[in-house]
Amino acid sequence: MAKVTFNELAINNLNDFVYGHAPKKIKFDNGMVIGGGTVYPEVNFTLPPMQVNKNTISKAYKQYKEMTEGVCQRAMELQVPGLVIEIELVPDMTFNPEWGIETTKIVKEVMNEYQDKNGLKSLLRITPVDVREGNDLEHMWRGKHWDLVMDTFKGCAENGADLLSIESVGGKNLHDDGVMFCDVAKTVFSLGIVAARDMEKLWENIVKIAEETNIIPAGDTACAFANTSMVLAVRGMIPTVFSAIDRVMCAVRTMIANEQGAIGPDKDCGYEGPYIKAITGTPISMEGKSAAVAHNSFCGNIAAAVADLWSNEAVENKRLLGGMTPEICTEMLVYDCRLMNQFTASGNNLLMRDMLVESDSRLDAHAYIMKPSVVLNIAKEIIKGKTHLERTKIAAKAAVQEIRKGFENGSLELNERELNYLNMIDSQLESIPDNEEEFIADMIENNTTEKFDPKKYDIA
Amino acid sequence: MDREILNELTVALQKGDAIKTQKFVKIALKKGYEPEQILTEGLVSSMNTIAEKFKKKQIFVPDLLLATRAMNAGIFILKPKLKKQLFSPIGKVLIGTIEGDLHDIGKNLVKVFLERAGFEVIDLGNDVPVNYFIEAIKKFKPQILGLSASLTTTMYGMRDVIKALEKEGLRENLLIVVGGVPITESFATGIGADIYDMDGTKVADKAKEKLKCSNF
Repeated sequence: MAKVTFNELAINNLNDFVYGHAPKKIKFDNGMVIGGGTVYPEVNFTLPPMQVNKNTISKAYKQYKEMTEGVCQRAMELQVPGLVIEIELVPDMTFNPEWGIETTKIVKEVMNEYQDKNGLKSLLRITPVDVREGNDLEHMWRGKHWDLVMDTFKGCAENGADLLSIESVGGKNLHDDGVMFCDVAKTVFSLGIVAARDMEKLWENIVKIAEETNIIPAGDTACAFANTSMVLAVRGMIPTVFSAIDRVMCAVRTMIANEQGAIGPDKDCGYEGPYIKAITGTPISMEGKSAAVAHNSFCGNIAAAVADLWSNEAVENKRLLGGMTPEICTEMLVYDCRLMNQFTASGNNLLMRDMLVESDSRLDAHAYIMKPSVVLNIAKEIIKGKTHLERTKIAAKAAVQEIRKGFENGSLELNERELNYLNMIDSQLESIPDNEEEFIADMIENNTTEKFDPKKYDIA
Repeated sequence: MDREILNELTVALQKGDAIKTQKFVKIALKKGYEPEQILTEGLVSSMNTIAEKFKKKQIFVPDLLLATRAMNAGIFILKPKLKKQLFSPIGKVLIGTIEGDLHDIGKNLVKVFLERAGFEVIDLGNDVPVNYFIEAIKKFKPQILGLSASLTTTMYGMRDVIKALEKEGLRENLLIVVGGVPITESFATGIGADIYDMDGTKVADKAKEKLKCSNF
């Protein structure tokens, strides 16, 4: 598929920017339409504490079968209009692609059974683990690690996956350092150059696999990037303004999947999703309050404002009073979606969206940059950039300006510490040279370490 | 002797400005301050203030890291001039993430806090096989081993490391600290770990305390 560059917003009007509706809705053979007006639950579950190896893999398969049965049963009882199940394969299931493929088959078989016997419409998203890390990584785009990831994608695509996603990690180590020091230049380099180049190669190949197998290349997420910042900010370790600006920069990176041909819905944990939707028009999956089973955030309501799928992130299989955790999460998501869809049916979806927005946006900078009006303002600036680096810098600068404006007009509360960091980030941004080659040379000289070898990205 | 230069040094360090910290250390030396005085009254006392502020959540991790970097830059100038080695690590820690687990930012943060507390930390990185831990323990002879896991499917790898240590006769003189998102107190106790805290920032203090009470 030819590369696309998004130079215009797909959504220009705030009234068109709402949950359930995406300009580029996706229709499936079973009748589900993502982005066509209905928000569906996307349930994600994982194994309880256990090791996965050749001695235990059959137990893991049994767990997945039981979890899927429980989720489908509960979804059927609650009369959902449609359901998405996501399996984020555990690392061993990508290191051993045959295990990931077998898991895909098992889960899909249960889903098909419920569809055939009970009319439960469902779709399966498979997310292999990006295992391209570690001391023995030869290169990001060739060698053993790359082959494992691609073999897993291909095998899962051929054996029941409807949607393909990944939480890709190109540039992550560098970004981790950037976050720990709130080092803006390093963060910009990791996202706008290193991660951007990796996303191009990675998604070009994922899209090819999806096309060959006639399934959907859905999208990526900045989980390894801005979610690290977000969680550290929630724990008070870094400023929330940094996590907010990082999130907006990550939108440029995640959108590269769409430039390469991904058509959504992107991955649930990509809180940059609203930017992807505004610019590309593709539907998005989001998570928020119902993902508190996996991690905390300060944006649990606002995350739903423009979501097309509503997810729980991931829950480990455990018994609680209400049943097994995947079933409980299903129920929580179903009720969230039912309420949002009812507001839509009654013509009040914009009211619902605004309540979701207003209940969070004032209290946290990361929540604030997810406000639909703010997203449109910033997205409008991002698309003016000609390169990924330029777009990343524009994203950061526009986020700084919007956050400052929000504080000054009383729409966002920030304390002095946060404001100091906002000023510091702003001045760091000013010091990044406009010349891309000069910037790359400087960054490589000062950041080539055991953890980041530019040669593995063909940069140098 | 006026203390103005030490005050300026304090401000530079607390701002995390390594270049100015070095500059003021050099000026202080020229003005005739003893290197030991610059170290204790300029660098160390400022760093202690920073650490206190961090504990009280008055500053962020980057502030702590930048101040640490500035302190080390100052020490770099002072080191050749110090009459005796004032700093010796309070203990040696070997740290790593369990095999199959590629998450390491939590482990990296704990490493920072351990170093800040005065430990020498040897970081084996992530995705570390059991035999690497064993070989590294034989080689580096640490008093503390830190194990990190962020997945429900890798957390039992910690138990495997502990069992292998027992088998090799290496467990006895070693404190084991475990941590990571899915780890709980009861899990830590159950696999035979010595130290656990849900809050990574508290691990260094606990390790210090436990090490004091042990004989190794």
